[in-house]
Amino acid sequence: MPDEPQVVEPPEPKQLIAPGYTFGSVTDQIATVVLTGRTPVFWLACFSVGLALLFLFLYAVALLLAKGVGIWGIRVPVMWGFAITNFVWWIGIGHAGTLISAILLLLNQRWRNSINRFAEAMTLFAVACAGMFPLLHLGRPWLFYWLFPYPNTMNVQPQFRSPLVWDVFAVSTYATVSFLFWFVGLLPDLATLRDRTLNRFARFAYGILAMGWRGSARHWSIYETASLLLAGLATPLVLSVHTVVSFDFTIAIVPGWHSTFFPPYFVAGAIYSGFAMVLALAIPLRAVYGLQGLITDKHLDNSAKVMLATGLIVAYAYILETFTAWYSGNVYEGAAIWNRMTGPYAPAYWMLISCNIILPQALWFKSIRSRPVLLFIWSMIVLTGMWLERYVIIVSSLAQDFLTSSWSIFVPTRWDWATYFGTIGLFLFLFFAFIRLLPMISIFEVRTLLPQAKVEEEVQG
Amino acid sequence: MAQIFHRSTNTFSRITIFGAVFILAFLTWVFAELDRSNYNTRATVPREQPVPFSHAHHVGGIGIDCRYCHTTVETSGFANIPPTKTCINCHSQIWATSPTLEPVRASFRTGQSIRWTRVNDLPDFVYFNHSIHINKGVGCESCHGRVDRMPLTWQENSLEMEWCLDCHRHPEKNLRPREFITTMGYQPAGDQETIGRRLMAENHVQDARVLTSCSTCHR
Repeated sequence: MPDEPQVVEPPEPKQLIAPGYTFGSVTDQIATVVLTGRTPVFWLACFSVGLALLFLFLYAVALLLAKGVGIWGIRVPVMWGFAITNFVWWIGIGHAGTLISAILLLLNQRWRNSINRFAEAMTLFAVACAGMFPLLHLGRPWLFYWLFPYPNTMNVQPQFRSPLVWDVFAVSTYATVSFLFWFVGLLPDLATLRDRTLNRFARFAYGILAMGWRGSARHWSIYETASLLLAGLATPLVLSVHTVVSFDFTIAIVPGWHSTFFPPYFVAGAIYSGFAMVLALAIPLRAVYGLQGLITDKHLDNSAKVMLATGLIVAYAYILETFTAWYSGNVYEGAAIWNRMTGPYAPAYWMLISCNIILPQALWFKSIRSRPVLLFIWSMIVLTGMWLERYVIIVSSLAQDFLTSSWSIFVPTRWDWATYFGTIGLFLFLFFAFIRLLPMISIFEVRTLLPQAKVEEEVQG
Repeated sequence: MAQIFHRSTNTFSRITIFGAVFILAFLTWVFAELDRSNYNTRATVPREQPVPFSHAHHVGGIGIDCRYCHTTVETSGFANIPPTKTCINCHSQIWATSPTLEPVRASFRTGQSIRWTRVNDLPDFVYFNHSIHINKGVGCESCHGRVDRMPLTWQENSLEMEWCLDCHRHPEKNLRPREFITTMGYQPAGDQETIGRRLMAENHVQDARVLTSCSTCHR
């Protein structure tokens, strides 16, 4: 019968969860990290580093508020310097979390279940770090609310033709939706913690946060609807937020900025650096907490493949950028790219090419992808490369634009570095506080990966 | 296991979660109102002066023209505070021995200016020129209010930027013929909109685009 559809056995999926887990042992292993009285030395070390850098950040910000943005190296014509570089870098890192939680959910990629929770937390904290920079860069950060249209006595509203205003809305929407998604996803697990903890205060706190979750069928039905809706809301944000960030550059006529391929190039770069951060966080965490059974080599392999794919898109963008500079025949565009390759920022440019294009090609090899230590090193390389990319785009384009008489080289001051490393401290501080206080892996979603859960589904289906 | 929360927690959470929107909206409204309030802008609050000078008496009662004292208002950015000599023009004869006016006579004798308390004070980042407003047909009353009814002078309007822009966006609403520039209680002879538009053309008042350009006031 030719019309009859062929029944093809689906290929055996690779292990997303180590064999031998039960519903109970999954819950135990993840909840224990939070509910235990003992804190690993690794956690204390990372948290202390984060706290120390956070104090450095607070000091740098206090100095900035007292003295103004002049403590940074931003001088005419390079007025964006580190601040906007760091902003774009951080906001890009956040994108992997949303991609994992929203797009992979809609695409029914089940391997996301064990990494989505901490990836979403990573998104939130990265957006928090990113948000610091445009605010501090305002010069008078205490007037930040001028960015929003509110009924003010000046009777003036933000300039809606400026992409910088679009940025405000893109980033604040992104932060709100990411937070809601993360929080809604936490509800069932918060209830689990509430039911398991022996500490009265913790029970009260988790109880308030769990918002009365009892796990009834009605709760689950509402939960499924809400999480699908939020995923639907978050999906366009993965693409739109970094597109709007790229408009900060492309709408301007500065050579090296004014190109139409920036939006897809930025989005790919964002996911690239985001997955690098996911790996950089997942690899040490699973080693320290013995979570190799839940975050398996398969997860690392998949993340590395996503990195490789997005890295290739980024590589294509670099090639296209160079090609366009030559093919357009535009003398300024050509000069901008030539200056990048051979000018004062050549070391940074070639280093970013090595970090973002050449070295990541090693990820084609399974022998690299299957070694967590190497993957960790490679994710660091990519994170460095993506930071350099933003640095080169922003600084080299501004330093040498149309007017040769106003060319000037950007030199970062120690406070530029202090603020940058300070936000890394803020990130570590928030992230490790999250590890200690909330389940870093979604308990109920991992339970659905178990073979037992699958049998249930088939029986019901 | 005993319940962690009392039954009432349900109601309490619902109210706080759904109420958050209204609470935030209410707080925004309160902030916006306070920002515009006379308490904040000090509008309509009479200021203490070294001599209790009454515009109500001099303008409303006697009918002295604004320009008798504020002589430079038509030609200069600053509408001057009159020198003591202007007061003495009359007060050498009238109320010449009044104890209330002793600071004025003392000022005249010593040549030391009276230190009046400033009532209408714009921020220093705003450029304001009286003469251009007078010459284009904005009456004194339009900004300063019914000075002829102020026993002690107060600031009539908020002086907030939205108040400036209201007029800069629609100048026709506040223009009057030159002969009525200092008139208090002016009533337009006809439709203000029509008169205003005619005066805008006659006096070459710039369009709202120029009048609301940043550098028109922030130079």
